[in-house]
Amino acid sequence: MIVAAGPVIPNFGSGSSCEVNNGWFCTEWVRQHWSDTLQPALFQHIELAGIAIAVGFVIAFALALAGFRYRLVDPPIGIVSDFLYTIPSLALFQILVPFTGITLLTVEIALVSYTLLILYRNMIEGLRAVPEEIVDAARGSGFTRAQTFTRVELPLALPAILTGLRVATVSTISIATIAPFVIAKGLGQPIYAALSQDIFKTEIFTAGGMVIALALVADGLLVLLQRGLTPWVRA
Amino acid sequence: MPGQAAELVFDEATKQYEGRDDVAVDHLSLTVPAGEICVLVGPSGGGKTTALRLVNRLIALTSGDIRIDGTSILEQDVVRLRRGIGYVIQQVGLFPHMTVEANIGTVPRLYGRPRGWIHTRSQELLDLVGLDPSYAKRYPAQLSGGERQRVGLARALAGDPPLMLMDEPFGAIDPIVRARLQDAFLELQKEVRKTVLFVTHDIDEAIKIGDRIAIFRRGGRLAQYDTPRAILDKPADDFVAEFVGADRALKALALRTLAELELGPPADGPRIPRASTVRQALSLAIEKQAQVLAVTDGEAVVGSVTRDALLT
Repeated sequence: MIVAAGPVIPNFGSGSSCEVNNGWFCTEWVRQHWSDTLQPALFQHIELAGIAIAVGFVIAFALALAGFRYRLVDPPIGIVSDFLYTIPSLALFQILVPFTGITLLTVEIALVSYTLLILYRNMIEGLRAVPEEIVDAARGSGFTRAQTFTRVELPLALPAILTGLRVATVSTISIATIAPFVIAKGLGQPIYAALSQDIFKTEIFTAGGMVIALALVADGLLVLLQRGLTPWVRA
Repeated sequence: MPGQAAELVFDEATKQYEGRDDVAVDHLSLTVPAGEICVLVGPSGGGKTTALRLVNRLIALTSGDIRIDGTSILEQDVVRLRRGIGYVIQQVGLFPHMTVEANIGTVPRLYGRPRGWIHTRSQELLDLVGLDPSYAKRYPAQLSGGERQRVGLARALAGDPPLMLMDEPFGAIDPIVRARLQDAFLELQKEVRKTVLFVTHDIDEAIKIGDRIAIFRRGGRLAQYDTPRAILDKPADDFVAEFVGADRALKALALRTLAELELGPPADGPRIPRASTVRQALSLAIEKQAQVLAVTDGEAVVGSVTRDALLT
């Protein structure tokens, strides 16, 4: 088992009575450890998930371009991304560590793998769902192939692509909590630390709650982006 | 940018899809004079849509040639060729993510026209196709079927192409709106005078719209190419006679106006404008049980016509 040595919870057992008795939620503890534990973990978590989503998006987009243009390569891409999605994350870490070590890279490879299926599927389905007569009208009007893609097919696939991005974002933010099995980063870190310390409830609830809140905020921002980019959908 | 109208020539144009024995378009030769509407009509599978799509090379010719104003379509860059040809299809194919104005501006934008020019042009075109200029900011989803096809027509006209291809443009629209769109299109054509290749499966639409009609039979062969009146008067064979319908003599009545008849002296009777068709006059005579109709020009009675004269 690859486990990074987590830092011991500072002051655990010697703080307020709430902390001593391991109450359900000790606001005092949260206030004291926001800046040394929770806030850094939050920023690390955003970084972990952000890199994975950005890299996953770029790779999935390149694959979708290929799969859309050349139908023959779609099934193999689909099978590989399906397969990656099914590998349990802890097993994937075991497989990767001998090659990439106890590093951020190992975590990111795993996280990116899980975004591919959702992103790729939504992109390719979105592109394929563009009605034939609209593509016909575009070509008949004198669009080049590239113009047909960038001005018609891609914008019309955007709602589906952004829907995929929302699902991938929320799931990556959630899955990123397993990062501490490799490196001591992200909101999974305080959760892991609390589990190894007699299950310190406040820390678990706070960090877990922050993961949920982060996912909801990210989803909300993407909804706003979706509305801004696709005004015709509500027309 | 292109302008005015161009002569369209099919020269032994043939399309045979690979791996198929039957021919989609079989050695089609016909000439559409500049500024005229040629309607391709025939049973489904007759190759009329294929013939139309050969012109802008959405379908590639197997053999033969098609020339626009003397220049072979094969000698031109395909993208440039298409930008110079207006294209209207039954499903309209408006871009749902663009406003009406952006849709109309499609081809001018490809030509690199500035935004202000496109705005002015789209306002003109909305007016031309009978839509209020306030439609410019709407999205296609906010329009009715008839309105969408008007925008489709405006989009096809925006580049001022010398040739228009219209593939069953009014086919998916209910009969009342369709008749209105046909009238609007004919009015518009009087102004813009484009060469138009128009596909329909509806012989009545062909008779109403076409300066000339090309009737296709199965196998992509041309059965007859002539003016509507000549086709109704003298169908080339049994196929054409059957296709135009047993009531072809009645249909022909809709092609002549009272202005073409020799009128009798002014007389009393139900009044009918001189611009009306013989068919409309006959209908009025039957409805009013009248033997004589008073023919008017504006308010004045300029002559008369008898029921018998209408029938000869």
